[in-house]
Amino acid sequence: MSGSPLPPQSGSGPEAFHAVMRAVFGGVVPYVQLLGITVEDYEDRTLLMRLPYDGSLVGDPDSGVLHGGAVTTLIDSACGLGVIAALEKPRPVATLDLRIDYLKPAEAGRDLFCRSDCYRIAQQVAFARATAFHLGEEETPVAAALGSFMLADLPSSENGA
Amino acid sequence: MSGLLKSLLAEARASGDWQRLVEAVPYARHLGVEAELVEGELLLRLPFKEPLVGNPSLQALHGGVLGGFLETAAILTLLWRLDSPVIPKTITNTVDYLRSARGLDLQASGEVTRLGRRVASVAVACWSKERQKPLASARLHFLVGGAKAP
Repeated sequence: MSGSPLPPQSGSGPEAFHAVMRAVFGGVVPYVQLLGITVEDYEDRTLLMRLPYDGSLVGDPDSGVLHGGAVTTLIDSACGLGVIAALEKPRPVATLDLRIDYLKPAEAGRDLFCRSDCYRIAQQVAFARATAFHLGEEETPVAAALGSFMLADLPSSENGA
Repeated sequence: MSGLLKSLLAEARASGDWQRLVEAVPYARHLGVEAELVEGELLLRLPFKEPLVGNPSLQALHGGVLGGFLETAAILTLLWRLDSPVIPKTITNTVDYLRSARGLDLQASGEVTRLGRRVASVAVACWSKERQKPLASARLHFLVGGAKAP
């Protein structure tokens, strides 16, 4: 994978995104696949992902509302993978920190969407923000988040410092 | 307000067996969280499972798994420390990722750093073998007032 040509960063749409993921991870991210998280849209450093509602991710069995950890996973995936896809030379990243504000409860039975925006890429760190919402309600999100991400060294670089 | 969790919570407080409460929460079961009182401290465990991996080349757990495990640990710590039957609602969760969790079983424990009438704050950390070398830590704020708060 290290020597394979990477798709141009200007590519858009889920296919362009998946090509980047294949180049970086050689396939899929296991936990993202387990939860059935999908890419709905990808364009110009903005990534839209969907987490299908599933009973196994519920925090309160009486209300059926998703656990914060499920929301965290969707947001961390959209931000982290969004950063990777936004890099000129895509490579793995590691979350450094992530702050999530829970603005209102998610609704039981409804899929959750997350739009992330990688708004700054520096030499070693990138910054992303995101909101999680139900479809058609992006203006009144369930959660808002800010994260910073360490960029891994490129395979060709000399050492891992 | 949850009737099932409420009765399991009362049971856990009385018996010291927190595992039954954990198993009543689908998400905690999904992760495979285990809870046990050890020497007067509520300790949470997360055995490593391949499907929880976020970076396959490092076998590192997904950041969302760590965040969700820490949030679960923080809520349980609060339930263990408080008398109230109210299930806390997370306001914010700020996670610091300190070291990558590669193929390792995790443990976590938390501390209530502030307890007000409406808001409680919890600091929580997880580690694998050495507690002095946490893999991730988090600070969370919860609404703990009545169901209609704020």
